[in-house]
Amino acid sequence: MMKNYIKYMAVLALGLVACEPEFDNSVEDNEGFYDNGEADFGNYVALGNSLTAGYADGALFIQGQENSYPNILAQQFSHVGGGDFRQPLMNDNLGGFLVNGTQQASTRLILEVGSSGSPAPTPIPGTPTTEIGNTLSGSFNNMGVPGAKSFHLGFQGYGNIAGLQNGAANPYFVRFRSSEQASVIGDAVAQNPTFFSLWIGNNDVLSYAVSGGTGVNQTGNPNPLTYGSNDITDPQVFAQTYSTMVQALTSEGANGVLINIPSVTSTPYFNTVPNNALELDASQAANLTAYFGAVSQVLTGVLISQGVPQQQAAALASQYAITFNEGTNRFIIDVPVTETNPLGFRQMTENELIQLQIDQSALLNGYGSVVITPEVEQVLATLMQGGTPTPEEVGILFSAVSGLDDVDVLDNTEISEIETATTAFNTTIQNVAEANGLAMVDANAILNQVANGGISYDGGVITAEFATGGAFSLDGIHLTPRGNAVIANEIIKQLNETYNATIPVVNIGDYNGSPSIGSGSAQ
Amino acid sequence: MKKLSLVMVFLLFAAATYAGGYRVSTQGQRALAMGHSGVAVVNSAELAFFNPAGLVFLENKLNISAGVTGVISNVKYQNEMRGAFAETDSSLGTPFYLYASYSISEKLALGLSIYTPYGSSVEWPTDWSGSHLINNIDLQAIYIQPLVSYKITDNLSVGGGPIFVTGSVNFNRNINRTLTNEEGDRSNVEIDASGVTSFGWSASAMFSPIDSLRIGVHYRSEIILEAEDGDATFSNVPNSPLAPVSNGTVAFDAELPMPAELTIGASYEFDKWLFAFDYNRTFWGVYDSLDIDFAPDEIPDSINPRNYKDSSTYRFGVQYKALDKLALRLGYYYDESPVQSGYFAPETPRNDSQGYTGGFSFDITPKIAIDASFVYLRFEEVKESYDHYQENGQEVSFGGTYKSNAFLPGLGVTFKL
Repeated sequence: MMKNYIKYMAVLALGLVACEPEFDNSVEDNEGFYDNGEADFGNYVALGNSLTAGYADGALFIQGQENSYPNILAQQFSHVGGGDFRQPLMNDNLGGFLVNGTQQASTRLILEVGSSGSPAPTPIPGTPTTEIGNTLSGSFNNMGVPGAKSFHLGFQGYGNIAGLQNGAANPYFVRFRSSEQASVIGDAVAQNPTFFSLWIGNNDVLSYAVSGGTGVNQTGNPNPLTYGSNDITDPQVFAQTYSTMVQALTSEGANGVLINIPSVTSTPYFNTVPNNALELDASQAANLTAYFGAVSQVLTGVLISQGVPQQQAAALASQYAITFNEGTNRFIIDVPVTETNPLGFRQMTENELIQLQIDQSALLNGYGSVVITPEVEQVLATLMQGGTPTPEEVGILFSAVSGLDDVDVLDNTEISEIETATTAFNTTIQNVAEANGLAMVDANAILNQVANGGISYDGGVITAEFATGGAFSLDGIHLTPRGNAVIANEIIKQLNETYNATIPVVNIGDYNGSPSIGSGSAQ
Repeated sequence: MKKLSLVMVFLLFAAATYAGGYRVSTQGQRALAMGHSGVAVVNSAELAFFNPAGLVFLENKLNISAGVTGVISNVKYQNEMRGAFAETDSSLGTPFYLYASYSISEKLALGLSIYTPYGSSVEWPTDWSGSHLINNIDLQAIYIQPLVSYKITDNLSVGGGPIFVTGSVNFNRNINRTLTNEEGDRSNVEIDASGVTSFGWSASAMFSPIDSLRIGVHYRSEIILEAEDGDATFSNVPNSPLAPVSNGTVAFDAELPMPAELTIGASYEFDKWLFAFDYNRTFWGVYDSLDIDFAPDEIPDSINPRNYKDSSTYRFGVQYKALDKLALRLGYYYDESPVQSGYFAPETPRNDSQGYTGGFSFDITPKIAIDASFVYLRFEEVKESYDHYQENGQEVSFGGTYKSNAFLPGLGVTFKL
């Protein structure tokens, strides 16, 4: 009898489990909270480069992809009719990849306490397991292709593995293209997106910037097939490519959002090593000042001996009599030898930038100023005693200057080329957005705000400080999950405005902004 | 009978909360069917919990009451601004009780009670948006209390006895809002302590100014469960000297109060009717902060302000003796939450609630009766937040809209000889 009662109770209990509490208006069932407005988010396709793919910490890996801004958006779109969002996930959380079994890209960066005792970005130990040749099947909503420039998206065969050798193909697109001859834009249009996002053009200036401006500014050259990988894209080429792509994407009436190009010079990649990181004590400063005084003096003599009038010689040589002070000083950089700069170096000026990846230990050993060897000291001693240096000694003296190489620096000219191109690209993006009635997100303004004052959230302030600022990952260029959340929220804001939608924003504090740690190495 | 008690012992391992804070009000099916009022009701061995002073008024020599309640509680959370939502896994909690009294003489009765007045079981989806506050908790406290009940005059008695408590707690939360290991799994900490024991006492009195009216008062002391050398296990922490902690188990100390409770009430008997009213005051003010002190100095203590306030519960019940063998019961109670605004932690997501109760007793034989009860506990939808979580020295709020309910079917048996 008792048994039966217990049985009865259990049945009753199970029945009651179904009696869940109900909200007056449920978020889960979207009872009156969110609206898609005039846009249709049913089939969202994201186009772009590494920023869209979820690339971070110098690599593409699953966690980064899951925190990509398109994936964050897609989760919020689920409240307003959004469908499934497929991403071409890498095979692991190491990042990097193999081509035919050979590792071709490094694993992601983590902050690791090395032998020096101070934390520094280091590739996470391990061998990548993503084989580029294993092309995934099906179509993908996130079509971000790391490394792609604007004109690449229309390239047929951009995903053909045979094109990897000569740079005509991109390994990341090889992984998920529909066919060997497919183009990114073609594969995107074939999915009949009802909504798209396009964030392209960053690499059209970024690769030039990261190369230290060693590429060519192709402004005026209408044929991208002739471009090198580190070149600045002709703004005309960009404009044409861009509007053609948007036309293709909107031809079936899709809504979309265009995201503009942030200033590459506001990323930590160019703002972490200051151009005045040459720290000197009083005697070091005095020695350097004396050295450059000697250089100026000797050059004056050399020029006079070559027949240059004394006044002119002194004036030309005076540019090398650089004064150094106790404390921080700007580095010396190498520049092309010209008539007005016969020795081919100068001190950096206020707004010039140094790359994140410059060899820091070399900087400690005279790179960026002077490498004083015993031979140089001997020449200096001779000069002190009023002696006249031999041509050989003059050579030793002058060649002690170790200016920063072009590849490590963005000088004023390069910066202005980058700025001009970025402005031109962004003008195009804004015009295309307006002409097509699309939403436009000013990522440039957002990341400038991050870099200048920061953006506050419920757990603090997001800044562009390298590693610790919260916005940028350890490669100094790509965003952290938290940085992606900032972009995603801004996109949502613009979509709500443009399309009269009410899509909920995410809580930025729920997304990681801390530097990646954890290598699996012993503690 | 033997089988039943075996089942009950089995079920004992899953208690659930459904009253203010982590108090459990399922200490007798007869009282529960009447809004859990019983400090002034002389009815069965359930008096061992509600008012031991009344045990001496029971007519039979030996009285035993035992029962178990199935607690099905559900909590839903949503945040309209973010589009986030979650609901707790509605597992079945089964608080139980066992009471016995034996009349030594007309003036003296002895008793024993085993009951579970505090407990909590809440399981949110792992890694949900409030996971930095809680993933899941399972808290149990079993009270064992020998009793004496003494009749001073024909209409006044006193009772009470020492309480031995054995408790356990298992609690899991993520270390913070974002930290993951190399594979993206959220770093978390689980604290586990069992066999935590402590002592307390309770004392009560019952007075009948006139035959049909009884007045009762009962005070149960505060008991602080002090967990010493419990296990705190950190998992999914990235392997790095830069991580805030390392994977593995360390010892911890923590304490959790079982607050004192004062109950006063009255019952009035009229023909086949019995009316009862109880007022509970639970001294939750003692629960100021949940502090977890990890043994290694380099791991910072976890300080979690709770700032509970003393709270009241108002209970009303009525019994109608429909047949000789059948008593019908109805009740209602209003349960004030001890949780103050801004301290609404999802580990005990309780706002004020209203309990609607009903039940019956049926005498199978003159000696054995079956007691059944059912409670529907209703909570208003509430917009609340917990504002005292610390991140980078800054208080970060976690809030949204909560909606809870609970269903409690209970079954017991009363035996008298």
